[in-house]
Amino acid sequence: MAKHILAALVENRPGVLARVSNLFRRRSFNIDSLSVGRTQRENLSRMTIVMESDAAEADRLVKNLYKLVDVVHVDHLHNQPSVARDMALVKVKASSENRREVIQLCDIFRARIIDVAAESLVVEITGEEEKLGHFTELVRPFGIVEMVRTGVIAMGRGSHTLKDQGYKPNRGRSSSRRSVL
Amino acid sequence: MSDDKAATNAETLAKTLEAGAGGSAGACEQANGEADIRAEAVVLTGAEIVCECLLREGVDIVFGYPGGAILPTYDALTRYPQLHHVLTRHEQGASHMADGYARATGKVGVAMATSGPGATNLVTGIATAMMDSSPIVCITGQVPTGAIGTDAFQETDVTGITLPITKHNYLVTSIDELAEDIREAFHIARTGRPGPVLVDIPKDIQIQTTEFVYPTEPVTLPGYKPPRRGRADQVEAALELIRESRRPVILAGHGISMANANAELAELCERAQIPVALTLLGKGAISERHPMCVGMMGMHGGAEVNHAIQQADLLIALGMRFDDRVTGNLATYAKGSRKIHVDIDSSEINKNVRVDVGIVGDLREVLRQLLDRVERRPNDAWFDRIAEWRADSELREIVRPADAPRHPAVSEGKLLGAQVIRDLFELTGGNAVTVTDVGQHQMWEAQYYQHERPHSLITSGGLGTMGFGLPAAIGAKMARPDQEVWAIVGDGGFQMTSMELATAVQEKVKVNIAVINNGFLGMVRQWQEFFYEERYNQTPMVNPDFCKLAEAYGIPAIRVTERGQIEDAVNATRAQAGGPILVEFVVEKEEIVFPMVPAGADLDDMIRRPTPAEFEQKRRERAAAKATPAETDAEPEPVAPAAVAGTRFGV
Repeated sequence: MAKHILAALVENRPGVLARVSNLFRRRSFNIDSLSVGRTQRENLSRMTIVMESDAAEADRLVKNLYKLVDVVHVDHLHNQPSVARDMALVKVKASSENRREVIQLCDIFRARIIDVAAESLVVEITGEEEKLGHFTELVRPFGIVEMVRTGVIAMGRGSHTLKDQGYKPNRGRSSSRRSVL
Repeated sequence: MSDDKAATNAETLAKTLEAGAGGSAGACEQANGEADIRAEAVVLTGAEIVCECLLREGVDIVFGYPGGAILPTYDALTRYPQLHHVLTRHEQGASHMADGYARATGKVGVAMATSGPGATNLVTGIATAMMDSSPIVCITGQVPTGAIGTDAFQETDVTGITLPITKHNYLVTSIDELAEDIREAFHIARTGRPGPVLVDIPKDIQIQTTEFVYPTEPVTLPGYKPPRRGRADQVEAALELIRESRRPVILAGHGISMANANAELAELCERAQIPVALTLLGKGAISERHPMCVGMMGMHGGAEVNHAIQQADLLIALGMRFDDRVTGNLATYAKGSRKIHVDIDSSEINKNVRVDVGIVGDLREVLRQLLDRVERRPNDAWFDRIAEWRADSELREIVRPADAPRHPAVSEGKLLGAQVIRDLFELTGGNAVTVTDVGQHQMWEAQYYQHERPHSLITSGGLGTMGFGLPAAIGAKMARPDQEVWAIVGDGGFQMTSMELATAVQEKVKVNIAVINNGFLGMVRQWQEFFYEERYNQTPMVNPDFCKLAEAYGIPAIRVTERGQIEDAVNATRAQAGGPILVEFVVEKEEIVFPMVPAGADLDDMIRRPTPAEFEQKRRERAAAKATPAETDAEPEPVAPAAVAGTRFGV
């Protein structure tokens, strides 16, 4: 068992996310996180999928993703040098007495405080999943009021680029309805 | 533009296509003397665009059922007489008919239904087509775009419902994309690993008008590129394994016939002297009379075939997917063998069985690559071993030539389902297209009807859909009117879709219907006998008089209750012209399909029918036990363990 990070380029068509998430359920893939967003190409979105599994299972997911017509390309980022980042917003309890301590922790982790209220701070932190894990453990004693994470996004280093297979949007297709959701 | 004007345009275009005979854009060019069909683009309604696209995809028959949300398209159909619409009695029948049509020809079958219940009724047929990789396109009406998501009358999220059971599906969101969506749907359905595609069209889009543009260049989908040739290094690795093998077996599946690789398979097995075992849907991949063909594998496959697979040192799996009905217990499946797997769907490779060499490609291409280099090498010792296993199977056989001694398990005068199928095979010369339902009769068909040609057995293998037989047979016969088509159904499955008798009558479809009536859900009863201590819960059936039922539809019917009547009935059925005919075979109630690999058991751990000697031995033991219950000092001869696995010694 290991952590596998897959990156998939998908066409911005309605229902693509449903197709991918349905695949996870249908074939019993256990997914840690899934993040979706736009790319530099107007008609393509990019998904980053993190799963804890053995290599055969990850391979099976890659092949099944390729079976989806809207999936243009899939890369197994573990097979190449890559960078991965996760982001979290953490609302930490912070009164006037301990606010300094929290701010110090944020400095050490290069986290940014983006909202200050009388009883709490909202901290924005970016990094690898591990770093976010350590940070939340350290602020937990102060009290985490709420927290949200984006899930991992990842990219190959240097020349390792997710190929769009010479993608051209289909002629005659309007782009008005382009949304991966 | 007014609707009238659009209609006129549609008629002009339809006539042009008719004149062009082929219905292709190219033919249209000639007829018009125009450079490009787009140059004389006309304004059509969405409904007419649907019809235009169907014509251009080569569709001649549409199976369907009208309703509110698809009415504009049904109205447009009146202006396209080249599209023959078959009114089914239930939408499930439409999807099965489209499936039967597709399997009989390899062409895409088309089913049409309205929104909501019309669409949901298609679902079983779509799932059936998905599991068996059958190319069908389903066109469903949807509530108008503005009403989607409001729980409007007869609204259902059919693209959501069919997401996991279609190869792909579309909810058309703009009339400008309608033609492209339908074109892609057909392309996806028929290429690569074929499968069902659904196109859901809101009613307002069927009514709107637009300039009809039908692109002539091939469909290109960036995320969809079916593989062709296998990788050279993998082909080389496969050849190496074949060279090194001493006990190879080819496992031939549905993919052979779908890829039209039948000749290549025959050449491969002849050249390399490799026995060929068939999956259920692989029947027809190679003639079952071919000397290299050993027969069907799996749960009800030949014992000799399963033994060969378990003892093989190399399995060459071609266009099959190691279904659990084929492998039995995966932990003990063909443990001593290396494995080559060729499939067009890469996700099938290493899915159930880890293989040494996986080749992704079109089977015909890959087999040609192999044939370029494969060497001739005798395997006589291996064939001799298989022949020994076969001799043992033949001892246990109940269906025997008239002059051979009867198996003692068969009482005089009993009509056996297995016998009916064997007689049907012989009386039709093995040349019929048979379409089965699901259950014991299906397995008897697989065991006793030897197929020689591809696409000559149509059966629901993956999903095991009861109710498939009759509608699929109607679809198959309409696709291939020149062929003799038999629907072979059980009394259970027949009643799931028997309303389609009316469709067969309305369309005057000459389909021969053989109802194998044992008054039971026979296969379930068999499982109850073996694994649930003969508690026949909910398997006995009180049936209608099937002959009277047929007659109510205006269908002639014959009832057969003895073996001696089979020949006359089959001959009379074949001679009947002009429409469907039904023969009811009232067979032995508690017949068993032997051999049987219990679900999850090792593939060679089969429940066998006892040999005559074993049977007599058991009979003597029982008699002795009855006479002197306490003092049977005679050492009972050991009976093969498989033979006593069943609690009874049924036929």
